[in-house]
Amino acid sequence: MDNILSITTFMPALAALILAVFLRGEDEAAQRNAKWVAMATTVITFIASLFILFEFDRNDTGFQFVEEGEWIMGLTYKMGVDGISILFVMLTTFMMPLVIAASWSVTDRVKEYMIAFLLLETLMLGVFMALDLVLFYLFFEAGLIPMFLIIGIWGGANRIYASFKFFLYTFLGSVLMLVAMVAMYADAGTTDIEALLNHQFGNETFSLLGIQIVGGMQTILFLAFFASFAVKMPMWPVHTWLPDAHVQAPTAGSVVLAAILLKLGGYGFIRFSFSMFPVGSEVMAPLVLWMSAIAIVYTSLVALVQDDMKKLIAYSSVAHMGFVTMGIFSANQQGLDGAIFQMLSHGFISGALFLCVGVIYDRMHTREIDAYGGLVNRMPAYALIFMLFTMANVGLPGTSGFVGEFLTLMAVFQVNTWVAAVATTGVIFSAAYALWLYRRVVMGDLIKESLKSITDMTGREKAIFAPLVVMTLLLGVYPALILDIIGPSVAALVTQYDTALAAAEAATQVASNGN
Amino acid sequence: MSADLTIILPEILLAVFAMLGLIGAVYTSKDDLASPLLWATSAVFLAVAAWIGFTGEGTNVAFGGMFVDDAFSRFAKVTILVSAAAVLLMSEGYMSQRGLLRFEYPMLVALAAVGMMTMVSAGDLMALYMGLELQSLALYVVASLRRDSVKSTEAGLKYFVLGALSSGLLLYGASLVYGYAGTTLFSGIVQVAEEGVSLGLLFGLVFLMAGFAFKVSAVPFHMWTPDVYEGSPTPVTAFFATAPKVAAMALFARVMHDAFGGAIADWQQVMALLSVLSMFLGAFAAIGQTNIKRLMAFSSIAHMGYALMGLASGTALGVEAMLVYMAIYVTMNIGTFAFILMMEKDGQPVVEISSLKMYAKREPGKAWAMLFLMFSLAGVPPMLGFFGKLYVLRAAYEGGLVWLAIAGVIASVIGAYYYLRIVYYMFFGETQDEGLNGGKSPILWAMLMGSAAVMLFGIINMFGVDSVAAAAALTLVN
Repeated sequence: MDNILSITTFMPALAALILAVFLRGEDEAAQRNAKWVAMATTVITFIASLFILFEFDRNDTGFQFVEEGEWIMGLTYKMGVDGISILFVMLTTFMMPLVIAASWSVTDRVKEYMIAFLLLETLMLGVFMALDLVLFYLFFEAGLIPMFLIIGIWGGANRIYASFKFFLYTFLGSVLMLVAMVAMYADAGTTDIEALLNHQFGNETFSLLGIQIVGGMQTILFLAFFASFAVKMPMWPVHTWLPDAHVQAPTAGSVVLAAILLKLGGYGFIRFSFSMFPVGSEVMAPLVLWMSAIAIVYTSLVALVQDDMKKLIAYSSVAHMGFVTMGIFSANQQGLDGAIFQMLSHGFISGALFLCVGVIYDRMHTREIDAYGGLVNRMPAYALIFMLFTMANVGLPGTSGFVGEFLTLMAVFQVNTWVAAVATTGVIFSAAYALWLYRRVVMGDLIKESLKSITDMTGREKAIFAPLVVMTLLLGVYPALILDIIGPSVAALVTQYDTALAAAEAATQVASNGN
Repeated sequence: MSADLTIILPEILLAVFAMLGLIGAVYTSKDDLASPLLWATSAVFLAVAAWIGFTGEGTNVAFGGMFVDDAFSRFAKVTILVSAAAVLLMSEGYMSQRGLLRFEYPMLVALAAVGMMTMVSAGDLMALYMGLELQSLALYVVASLRRDSVKSTEAGLKYFVLGALSSGLLLYGASLVYGYAGTTLFSGIVQVAEEGVSLGLLFGLVFLMAGFAFKVSAVPFHMWTPDVYEGSPTPVTAFFATAPKVAAMALFARVMHDAFGGAIADWQQVMALLSVLSMFLGAFAAIGQTNIKRLMAFSSIAHMGYALMGLASGTALGVEAMLVYMAIYVTMNIGTFAFILMMEKDGQPVVEISSLKMYAKREPGKAWAMLFLMFSLAGVPPMLGFFGKLYVLRAAYEGGLVWLAIAGVIASVIGAYYYLRIVYYMFFGETQDEGLNGGKSPILWAMLMGSAAVMLFGIINMFGVDSVAAAAALTLVN
């Protein structure tokens, strides 16, 4: 199995191609076939990724399963996984069968729908495995196309606006990163990520248009990458596309967006910004930390006043991503561990929350919070599951949400007490909006006429939630499951970061002594 | 002398073919011969392209340096001939349905092709002008092919008047260059320019550049493009958007490097300015268009801006980037125009973008192919169009034009909007009762699908075009 990564990555794309070429017609049988092909493919992809996980040597901090080949323009086709990326691969392959299952009730252009999701899976897996700058960018950007179509074709009433905003916003962020990548290519003479990780980009302070650029080229490159990843993440104040996209996207689209696509930004921060531009990261870290703290508090407050359930969860996602950026740029072991853990756990929790919205949206076709109330009387199973994920979203100990928040807060406390203090208040706000949402939707008496005949979750719906419930609780009580895998790679990364900073420090001192 | 003739044998053969075709048609059945002539012309184009592409070797100079046959010119010629053949094949159905298929059409295109081949091989200002005028005169006539249409004749006239003006500018520049350099040979001019560009030579250079900018329709010499694109019959528009653009861009590169290669600093800024203005005007002006042909006109202006970005870097990588970009651009445009040619309702051509509403429901295959082309034109990975942009970005960055690279990517985001708008009409809109119908042409369908497939699968190895372009660029810049 020399090229297991490529096989895993391109299996969904191959299935999409087969669907596109061979599946004809719009009748019920064709729709069912499309669904089952997509389901089978995503399950097989998951099984293939399990092989990768079992074969993965967790003590090796380098890249494993590396595949390398010639490509155009002097670029390389290079894939590989390390302790940081492997779990994101697992998250993707784990979520996709659930996403397909959650789309079982789609009736409009089912074939195209499944093709879009299968292609999206290939592109997301590619992002996490690519070990060539341009290959990474290719997967990263190409993911916009299926998502644009998913929002635009199968979305809600205001889908056009949301899809254009989503596309153009993220595209603008990414093209600046492209220029930075060209600059890195010119500087290092290679686009191989493994080589670039060991390349020292210039960090001599220079002046541009009268502005002193502390950290030199590294800071400029950092900012260019930041433009892309901050939008993708999304960080305050460039998060405004996310609520629109989430609200308009179909349920499955929201799940993919929240559970996986947002993680591309965090993964990018760790893989590129933090690892390749240590000096730039150090210079910009205070700004990023404060932006994260503002994001946590501000978007939590905004979430409090939402009357659309999806919008509320979207804002809560922005807040939770704030913990991630905060953890990453604390630049210590707990911070990075916590950030990765938070991303994975948020993948399960926010995905589940959007699925929870989807369950009642399928029945009532509204996301207005006010349209619900007292669901517990008719839907006890739903109430239980929704409560579990609400608590996980709040970060209750025993759920996976707690571990990530706690680790990142602990990490940032060592670096900047004030940011930690501000961010901690965000935890309280998150409890406020999450519990209030739960109370308004689920608790109380069932007085609304329209809800009198609502039915509880079907077996299929329960089956979709089961794996998510298991993961959330398992990771909550046994976080070592993740931390053992990412630990060695993160430790190596932090050591490398500190060494690079020390070297840069020493170099500046020599230079200033020389004067 | 006979050695010289061997070198320009492809051009001679093509010219003789055009003459024989004209005589044959005039003396026989006239327009009944148009269709066979069109097929024959395409076949000849492809045969000559294959001949040049597969047998051409090294650098051969004819007529004392007036005509240069090198890897660079061969790359351009093959691109020109193949795209011209493709456009001719695409025109057949459209033209004959509307009674436009006269025998002059393929012959004029053949003559234009001879002109373009002479242009890209020019090693002398006079050969340059000869090729340019042969091409332009043929194109003026083709633009007004639909004699009974006001718009078409207007397009032809506009093109002619403005084209004559630009030829005048170019001639003026050429005479200044001759006056100050003492020679019309590029190889002579380059020696003079290396010793320092005098003011007169500089003026000549700027006038030459203005003339070329008109031919590639770079801002601020682009005014004619939207009107000519709109007024000309659609197959002719497709032709304008492809082969002549490649020829003009290749000529631009040749003059700048062969004749003024030692004075890069003198023309680099002008080129960068042309590039940045074209990219932004193309991006902004296309947003408000409702006519897809006008939209494609602005789109091509923007794309010329990107190709010029490659040239502006003044390096071998820049020329390589420009060649690759043009090859990709031509392929995309052939597919897009094949789609536009298929847009018809009750037998009448439709050019309104809004007529595409929910096209994906009726013709999913074509709509998806068009979607790939639109994303490719926008430069979104993984389409091949992205690699064209990446090429020119690299060239600009390594040529020291970082600001131009940044401006280019920002313009590409603005430009993405109007390509997305076409996708939006085809996929997201509301269903309308009376949409497009007809447009069932196997040739057009094949062109569209082929072009989309190239955009999608070309990223695997670019079909080796990148290495050929690299070799071609090295013969020009060293």
